[in-house]
Amino acid sequence: MNRFIQYSITFFAWISGIILIGAIGVLLIFLLFKGVSSLNSFLIFGETRPLDALLFRKDVLDGLFPAIIGTILLITASIVWAIPIGVASGIYLAEYCNLRWKPFFSFMLDLLAGIPSILVGLFGFTLSIFLHRHLSEHIYPCFLISSMALACLVLPYIIRTTEQALVNLPFSVKTTGLALGASRLQNILFILIPYNLSRIISGIILAIGRCAEDTAVIMLTGVVAMAGIPHSLLAKYEALPFYIFYISSDYNSQEELMKGFGACIILLAVCAVFFTLANILKRKAEIRFATRT
Amino acid sequence: MKPFIEKCAEKGFLFSAILSASITILILSFMIFFSFPIFKGGDIAAFFTLGWNPYEGKFGILPMMAGTGIIASLALFIATPFGIGCSALISVFSKGSSGRFLRKVVEFMTGIPTVIYGFVAIFLLVPFIREIFEKGTGMCVLSASIMLALLILPTIVLFLSDAFNSVPRSYIDAADSLGATPAQKLVYVIIPYAWKGIISGLVLAAGRAVGDTLIALMIAGNALQIPTGLDDAARTLTSHIALIIASDYESPEFKSIFLCGLILFTFTTLIVLIMRSLGYFKILGKR
Repeated sequence: MNRFIQYSITFFAWISGIILIGAIGVLLIFLLFKGVSSLNSFLIFGETRPLDALLFRKDVLDGLFPAIIGTILLITASIVWAIPIGVASGIYLAEYCNLRWKPFFSFMLDLLAGIPSILVGLFGFTLSIFLHRHLSEHIYPCFLISSMALACLVLPYIIRTTEQALVNLPFSVKTTGLALGASRLQNILFILIPYNLSRIISGIILAIGRCAEDTAVIMLTGVVAMAGIPHSLLAKYEALPFYIFYISSDYNSQEELMKGFGACIILLAVCAVFFTLANILKRKAEIRFATRT
Repeated sequence: MKPFIEKCAEKGFLFSAILSASITILILSFMIFFSFPIFKGGDIAAFFTLGWNPYEGKFGILPMMAGTGIIASLALFIATPFGIGCSALISVFSKGSSGRFLRKVVEFMTGIPTVIYGFVAIFLLVPFIREIFEKGTGMCVLSASIMLALLILPTIVLFLSDAFNSVPRSYIDAADSLGATPAQKLVYVIIPYAWKGIISGLVLAAGRAVGDTLIALMIAGNALQIPTGLDDAARTLTSHIALIIASDYESPEFKSIFLCGLILFTFTTLIVLIMRSLGYFKILGKR
């Protein structure tokens, strides 16, 4: 190969790396530069005293507080749906499923993992119409529907990480308990899961991050710009990512725009924390395997 | 533990797995159920026409299909060379600290919410594009494609650098002992060996580009037309669904979004099938 071509290939690789880091750096610096001045207690609590807001004694009307609480509640509810079903399915796929059915489940999960999130949102929306017609007149797109749809969205992550965490265990770990007379379930609950718990938890935290950032699903299933803190499962609610989306298309003043930047920074920080946590746990699991096997 | 509990637990696990798998089937059947009247009415061809004008009863979704196709392929076109460059840097040219740093940055990128990419693009990229074209709002195919390229880059880079790393040690050693330079190793050993991985990474990225909603919704302009140039506004299938949530469930307008959904679902199935035929199972990409 011509030496010039070799140099150009190397040069191109370095340039693309630099451009990528440059692009993401500009993006983050712009965000911080614009938004950092709006980060204060007014951004979150508005005119209300922080203590009153935190104790839910007064409604916050012009701050991000309801959106933050909405996002936290939404994450909690979705995870409560997704963890038991996800972990149980993961266990089934790793330990019980026979080879005849495994390809079917695997294909369905790949599809679910690949479906655009807007379709999951559309599914939630149609589900609410369906329930509205056939079950109760009071069901509209709401908090409950959103949390169920989000749970569908993150289910593949939890299932896959649980399955991987159990399948990739060393043979000796998998069989020691059984050889000592533990039953299949005992082996799973007391040996296999505790052994690789941090890997499973890293998958769950990653799922939490996805719940926190997703906008397309909640947009179709009941999030609104102004609703306050949801008081029932069938109520509309606010959420941080939707607030950012709403501000970007519909801001009236510079002040509102600044709040949008502030919301971006908060959301980014939240996602970064979850992301880092998930990675630390994943690494911990990997290191443990490297030394024990 | 009692055999009874064992049995119950096993049934519980089985039930959860069936429930998870049935969500996919349920999503598909909802799409088909709600778009079924279109197929039955026989006016399916009308939906694949150009015009969209609810007041005249025209509900063609061709503009949205064109918008999705153009924006996604342009994004892939922009992202592919950078993606190959970055992953080559990580796995071949710089295995030391700068390569590791780049990989860390790329991994972090997967954790950045899509809505933040869109938000920053509106105030950073869109004004810039507006200046370049000197007309329009700057919300156009090009802006959306650039941002979408940035969004799918992590998928490409992480997948490709894994594929590059999967080349057997002995091949690399053989090339090294013959005195190959890193660039020669890349072109003659690694890329020929890892081509399946490269194709799969790009297919996965294409799936993500088509499935993404927020970027196109926020910065592509959402105009109902077939874009004819880079500075034209366009609407994608995904943002069309987000924009049309009519309250009248029986209207053709509303039914058309399920047709869009069905098309997206078919596309996803295609992506998964291609990935499987290339030997990649258990795909987990961020949507």
